[in-house]
Formats: sequence, structure tokens, C-alpha cells
Amino acid sequence: MNFPILSIITFLPFVAAVIMLLIPADRKTEVRGVALATAAIDLLLSGWLYLQYLLGGMTGYQFIETYNWLPALGISLKFGVDGMSAPLVLLTGIVMFTGVLISWGDYDEKHHVSAGIQDRPREFFAFLFLLAGGVFGVFVSLDLFMLFFFYEIAVFPMYLLISIWGWVKTREYAAMKLTLYLFIGSVVALVGALVMYWTQYQNTGVLSFDMIQMESAGFSAPFQYAWFLPVFLGFAVLGGIWPFHNWSPDGHVAAPTAVSMFHAGVLMKLGAFAALRVGVMLLPEGAKQWSWLIMTFASIAVVYGAYIAFVQPDLKYMIGFSSVSHMGLVMLGISTLNYNGLLGAGVQMFSHGVMTALFFAITGMIYDRSHTRQIPELGGMAKIMPFAAIGFIIGGLVSMGMPGFSGFVAEFPIFMGVWSRQWLVAVAASISIIITAAYIMRNIRQVFFGPMPEKLAEHHITDVTMLDKIAIATLCLFMIGIGIFPSMMVPMIEKGVENILRLLGGV
Amino acid sequence: MDFLNTHLLSLILFLPTIAALIMFFLPSGETKLLRWFAFSASLIPFVLTLVLWIKFDPNKTGFQFQEQYPWYEALNSSLHLGVDGISLTMVLLTTLLTPLAILASFSITDRVKPYMMLFLFLETGMLGVFMSLDLLIFFVFWEIGLVPMYFLINQWGSANKEYASMKFMIYTMGGSLGLLLAVQMLGVLFGTYDLIALYERWNSLDADSVLLGMSVHTVKTIAFWAFTLAFAVKVPLWPFHTWLPDAHTEAPTAGSMILAGVLLKLGAYGFLRLVLPFYPLEAKMFAGALALLATAAIVFGAFGSFGQTDFKRLVAYSSVNHMGFVVLGIAAAGLAAGTADAHIAMNGAVLQMFNHGLSAAGMFFLVGVIYERTHTRNLEEFGGLFPLVPVYGGILIFMSMASLGLPGLNGFVSEFLVVRGAYPVLKIYTVVSMLGLLFTGAYILKGIMKVLHGPMNEHWAHGEHKLTEINMREIFVIAPLMILSLVIGIWPAWILEVINKAVMALF
Repeated sequence: MNFPILSIITFLPFVAAVIMLLIPADRKTEVRGVALATAAIDLLLSGWLYLQYLLGGMTGYQFIETYNWLPALGISLKFGVDGMSAPLVLLTGIVMFTGVLISWGDYDEKHHVSAGIQDRPREFFAFLFLLAGGVFGVFVSLDLFMLFFFYEIAVFPMYLLISIWGWVKTREYAAMKLTLYLFIGSVVALVGALVMYWTQYQNTGVLSFDMIQMESAGFSAPFQYAWFLPVFLGFAVLGGIWPFHNWSPDGHVAAPTAVSMFHAGVLMKLGAFAALRVGVMLLPEGAKQWSWLIMTFASIAVVYGAYIAFVQPDLKYMIGFSSVSHMGLVMLGISTLNYNGLLGAGVQMFSHGVMTALFFAITGMIYDRSHTRQIPELGGMAKIMPFAAIGFIIGGLVSMGMPGFSGFVAEFPIFMGVWSRQWLVAVAASISIIITAAYIMRNIRQVFFGPMPEKLAEHHITDVTMLDKIAIATLCLFMIGIGIFPSMMVPMIEKGVENILRLLGGV
Repeated sequence: MDFLNTHLLSLILFLPTIAALIMFFLPSGETKLLRWFAFSASLIPFVLTLVLWIKFDPNKTGFQFQEQYPWYEALNSSLHLGVDGISLTMVLLTTLLTPLAILASFSITDRVKPYMMLFLFLETGMLGVFMSLDLLIFFVFWEIGLVPMYFLINQWGSANKEYASMKFMIYTMGGSLGLLLAVQMLGVLFGTYDLIALYERWNSLDADSVLLGMSVHTVKTIAFWAFTLAFAVKVPLWPFHTWLPDAHTEAPTAGSMILAGVLLKLGAYGFLRLVLPFYPLEAKMFAGALALLATAAIVFGAFGSFGQTDFKRLVAYSSVNHMGFVVLGIAAAGLAAGTADAHIAMNGAVLQMFNHGLSAAGMFFLVGVIYERTHTRNLEEFGGLFPLVPVYGGILIFMSMASLGLPGLNGFVSEFLVVRGAYPVLKIYTVVSMLGLLFTGAYILKGIMKVLHGPMNEHWAHGEHKLTEINMREIFVIAPLMILSLVIGIWPAWILEVINKAVMALF
């Protein structure tokens, strides 16, 4: 495949960001048009990439592109996707596209409702696309240095996006906390990565950041035991692993809608994915040594996250903590280091990404119109925005792991994998299913059904726009599609898992 | 024609869902169109079931009309469908009751479209459980059926619907948690979810082997109780029955018809299809415990019924009472497996499942008839209504006698079979359950007395509250149930043959 599709997917957002910054600030419609076109192209390309990978035998890394950058230091711009990353590239395309739709920014004169981004959309979309490009870059990077490079590019726009366009009350606090937490985490991981780079040189005489090369770097077992935790946990901070998850709920709540969608939908997957790619795949002995700790952290995240979500009065905080719980499931799956668990983790990354993007999108729609996210203050939304209500219900069912939707397809193998390792953890973690069901049903009932509080009725709440509906429908389509036809995604992830298992020595 | 033969089960299973999806595109305002479309659509699976019944060969052992389609290949789970005599009876019950319930729902005027769609989705969920020959698919359909019922109660129920629907959903999901874990465990242990394969492998396990660090016996005992708990909640078995009175009472009439008529049978079916074949030894060991709980259900259910002032709640508790006989029969069959007594008891249990489906649906419908006219279910507010509504009165007495187990009607046949089969092996329990039977008569007669006999409550005799007679549509709903009750009562052979052959082959 000569067409450099991965470079285009990754660099297109950067190019678009530059173009948008050149457009005069008051030409908001043109900016939005460029943003939507770019997102649509990226979605189509990532979808096409996914299909090509699916139909092309799904063997190993494909669409590899290598450009030398600093040969003296062994840094090259190397891209490629395998079974684990192709779905995530698609996910990013989906979230990018729906995120742009959600941020469209209509101002409804009659009802004084302003949805989406009204203030400086040019800068907003430019920074958002820097974020998107960084995310794509991490998923497709096969060079450790470039992985970090894109990782940092994905983190720093978050600060600007949250502190400028976020929720006035907490945005500066949340933005600072999030950025510091993530940078510290990545520094720890960076130290580990540099040590790996140097040790590989000492072991094999090869100076390279190429990750496929590093699979045979010959790291000794003690080395791996020592360095697995810094590397894994450093990345896993971004994945929201307990006890390093604290940046996430505040970050979610303070961020504007599209940024929350990116944050929970894709960014957190970056952390889990990088932890898997670098930590587990390159330091397999260390992974085996420390999997019990990761499993402990993850199972606490799963149950604790659900409990905390249960008691939140703020809809967005509820979703934020439920993300901690669901990402805990991803980490749980990874910690099993077996076929079922890793398979489930791979599916869960995609499924949760879509589901949480949907949740945040609809919460944003509600907030824009009602100016509150407090669940007790909301009610009767289903009558006004039935499409959004059904979307939220579908998202809720996915969150509960209801069969027929992608959440079940993901959670079931994770639990199977945990059974093989530690049945007690499986039983304990399954409690979260009931708690999740309880708070999801309760909050859906409160927000969408029942009587609308008087104070709310004064706001003249209107239905969601056509663009919003397209976003909702797109996201629901994927969740239902994977739920009914797991074969559309599972075989691909299976191949990726086989590769990981090979590196783990067939554990 | 050949397509019909080879895909009969999947047609019956999925046509309701397809119909529901078509309904999505019909205009919401055309209630007449929606009602008749839903009703006609639900008749098609019924007709196909009749075809199925005719083509079914009772003399062949094993499952017929099998179909298998790949689904979640990564976990070795396929959409494997098939029926034997037992499941065929249940499929018939489901496809018979759904059109009747939809016909009964013609009096619903609020949001007819989602109501009908939910009913059709529910039908697929129920049929899926009965037809499934794959453990994972069984679980999928088991859980999926909860969602439509939750919304039916929550949106179209009566005064206490919020509480009742939430309790129903969470209680049943909680019960199913054990089932989920046990299913995962089985999948992990045997690498497949196919029921037929599992039957063989599970029972040919070497008693000394160690599974997941525990002995085979321990694993089987834990799994037995996990499965049993889930099904016990659904049946419902005392003391896990407390969700039922609220859910049945608060549900809309047709919802109660389906809830009592079919959904409860899912639990009993689980016992038959999964618990007894998988755990014959454990079933034998714990048959006494099951019988104790069944007897408690019979006796306490009857007492509970007798003490009610709410007509619908009286009928709800009667479900606990009648389903107790089903479990008594199952317990006897487990205890005396292989003997003639076991076969008799099992025949009785399965027939009781079918009969109770008819009589419960009928009773709930008749309660609904009077409720729609009087807007009260309080027995004390009725009285002497027979002269006002003689046709209704006659029908009510007929259905009540069927429920009571009057010889000549269906209830007697099944209850007699259960008692005859259980007496030799579970003497004390059977004798004590006779006390329950006595009170069954008491509460039925109480119901009839309070509503139809005694001094007439003048409130309903004149003016705007004047009671209207049962109308043609309502007679169309109840007539098939009455006819079947009579036919099974005087000539049960047509259905018992089918059931008996299956029972003899299995137990």
C-alpha cells in the first residue's frame, strides 16, 4: 500500500489547524466549514483504513511508513497499525467528527440558546485539531520517541482548551491539575523509555527507538521488573488508573463538550494503549511480575468508580466517574495478560470511547439549553428532546453491559479473562454492574422522565439540532452494530491480542 | 418454501423485532394504524408457531429445527437455536399471549408507537431464551427482555410505577449476576458455550480433576447455587418473590399479562433446561431445600393472596402460589430422576407453566377490564356487580375456576400431575402444599365474591359511573384463553404428548 494514508490521517488535522488560524477571526462559518470537512475526511480515511485492514487478512502491522528523522539517534517517523490500533484510529475519527458537529455553535436568537462554541471558534478548532493530530499520532506510532512526541502534543492543548472555553467555575483549577498530572506521568514514563533506549544500545549495540526493534532488545528480567511499573503507570495515569485518576473527573467537568468527548472518549484510551504498547509488549516479564498490582488497582477503580458515580448530583461528574470505572475494566482486562482479558480490553476501549462521547455530547446539549447539570434540577427532557433521550438510554444500556450492545461484547471476555486468573476479583468486580445499572436507571429517570421542574421550564428548552442528531445517530450505530455483530471488530482485535500473547511468551 | 423450513425458528424469533423497526418509521399520530400493524405483525409468529407445532415430531429425541449462525466466534458462542417438546410449548405460549396482550392494549392512548415497539422487542427477548441452545445467547436474551418490561412498567404503569419498575429491574439483574458469573466460569472452563457440547463435557468431568483451583464438586455446587438463585428470583421462588407483587400490580394490564404469563416461565425454564441437566447430583442433594421453598411459595402465596384488598395484587400473589407448584414438580423430578414419578411430576410442572400462563394472563386481563371502567382495584369498592355485567361475571368465574384448579379445566390436570409425582418422594411438602391449595380456593372465591356477589354497590349502577359490559374486542382477547383452558382440561393429550416425550428423553 503505497498511499501514505497514516501520515495523511495524522497530519491533516495539523494542516487544517494552520489553515484555520489563517482565516480571519470573524469568519466563523468558514472556520467551521474547514473543521467539518477535515473531520469528515479523517473519518472517511480512518474508516477506509479499518475496512482495508479488516479485509486484508489482519496480519501484523500494516500500512507501515518509515521516514528517517534523526538517524544518528535512531529516531524515525514510523507509522503502522495492527489489530489493536486500527479500531482506535477509527474511534478517533468518529469522535473528531461528532465533536465538530457538537461544537457547531448555533445561536438561537428567539430562545437565547447558544449551543456549541460561540467564542473564538477559530482558535478552539485549531487547538482541538492539534489534540486530534496528536492522538492519531500516538495510535499509529511505531517509534517510541515519536509516540512521546505526539503524546505531549495531545496533552498540552487540553490546558488551553479547558482553561479558555471550559466551565467558568473550575476551569483553571481543572486545567492546571490535569496538565500537571499528565505531564508528570509522562515524564516518569519518558525516563523509563529513555532507560530502555539506552539499555537496548548496551545490550544489542543498536541505537533505535523503533518499537518493533525493541521487542527483541533483550532486556533482562530484573531490568524489566524494575522498570515496568514506572513505564506502565506513567502512561496509565492518562488511562485514569486508580489511584492516579483524580485529574479525570474534574477535567471532564470543566472541559467544553467536544473536549470532554475527546478526553474520555479517546485521550484516556491513549494512556491505556501506550501502557499496553510500551509497558506490556516491550517489558513482558515485568508485566507478568506486576500484573497482580495492576489487577488490584483496576478492580478498585471498577467498583469504587461506580460507587462514587452513584452519589454524584452533577450529571457530568457522574459520567466522569463512570469513565474511571469503565477504564478500570480496560486496565483489568490488560492485567489478566490472557487472551480473553486482552480481547475484552481492546473492545472496551472502542465501546467505552463511543459510549462516553455520546454521554458527554448529550449532556452538553442539555447544559447548553438548561444551564444546569444538577440532576435534581433536571427533569422531563424526553418530551422535548426525544432523540437525545433515546440516545442517552442506549448509552446507558451500553454502560450497564446490557447484551445486544457493544458494552456486553467488551465486558464479557474481560470477566472471563479475570476468572482464569483470580475468580474472587471477577466476583467483586461484577458488583459494579449492579451499581452502574442502579445509577444509570435512576439518573435517566430523573433527567429525562418525570415532571419538569418549574425553574427549568422557564428556560424554554428546545430540541437538539439536526447536526446533534446526526452525531447521536452515528455513535449509536456503532454501539448497536458491534453489539449485534461482534464479528465486525472482534477478529481484528484478536489478531492484535495474538501478537501481544506471542511477546508474553504464550502466557 | 425450503427457506421457511430451514429458518422457521429464526423467522419466529426475529419477525417481531423487524416489525418493531418498521413501526419506527410509521407516523406516531396514527394510533389505529399502529395498533393494527402491531397486532397483525404479532400474529405472524403465532401462525408460524402453529406450523412449527404441526411439523414437530414428538417421537424424535433431541432438538429439532436447529439453526446455527456464527456470532461471537472469539468466545466460541454461536446463535444456536432449536426446540424440543418443552421449549416448543413455551414458544407457543409466548406467540399466543403476545397478540392477545397487544389486542388488550388497544385501550392505551398515550404514546402508542413506543408501547407497541417495546412489546414486539420483548417478544423477541422471550422467544430467544426459549429457543436458545447456546449459553451466552441464552443470557443475552434473558437480560434483553428486562429492558422493554422496565420501560413498559415505568412509562405506562400506575401510581407506584417508579418504585415497582426500578425494583423489578435491579432485583432481577442482581439475581442474574450469579448467572452471569457462572456462565463466564463455564465458558472459561470449557472453551465453548454451546449447550449440547456443554451437556456432554460437564457431566463427563472426572470427579477428581481440579478446576480453577477448586475441586469439581465445589465448582459444581457454587455454579448450581448461582444458576438457581438467578432462576429463583425470576420464577419467583419464596423468599425471592418480593419484586413480583409490586411489578405485576403497577404494570399496565397487558404488561402484567406478559409478565405473569411468560416472563415468570423463563425462570422455571432455566431450571429445566440448565439446572437439572447440568447439576443432576446437586439437584438431587438440594431438592429438599427447593421443595421447602416451593411449598412456602404455595402456602404463603395463597395466604398473601387471601389477605389482599387490591384485586390485582390478589392475582399477583396467586402467581407466586401457582408457580410454587411448578418448582415443587421440578424438585420432585430432580430428587427422583429417572423414575416414573419424576416424569409425572415434570409433566405436571411443564403443563402448569403453560396453564398458568393462560390463567394468569386471563385473570390479569379481566382485572384490567374492570379497572378501565371503574379506575379502582379495591375489592371493597366493588360488590354485587353480576347483574350489571353478567357476561363479564360469567367469564370471570370461568377463568377463576381455571385458576383454582377445578377438575374439567386446565389447572386441575397440571396440579394433579405435580402432586401425584411429588407425593411419593416429597410427602411432607406435598401434604403441606395442600393447605396452600385450600387457600387458593379461598382467595379465588373471595375475589369472585367481593366483585360479583353480595349487595350491589349502587355507585356503579347509575349515571356516569354506570358499568358497561365487556365489549367484543375484550371477548376476543379472553376467548382463546377460555377455550384452551377447557380443551386442556378435558382433553390434555394433544399437549401432554409433546411434553411427555421430551420429558422422558431428558429425565
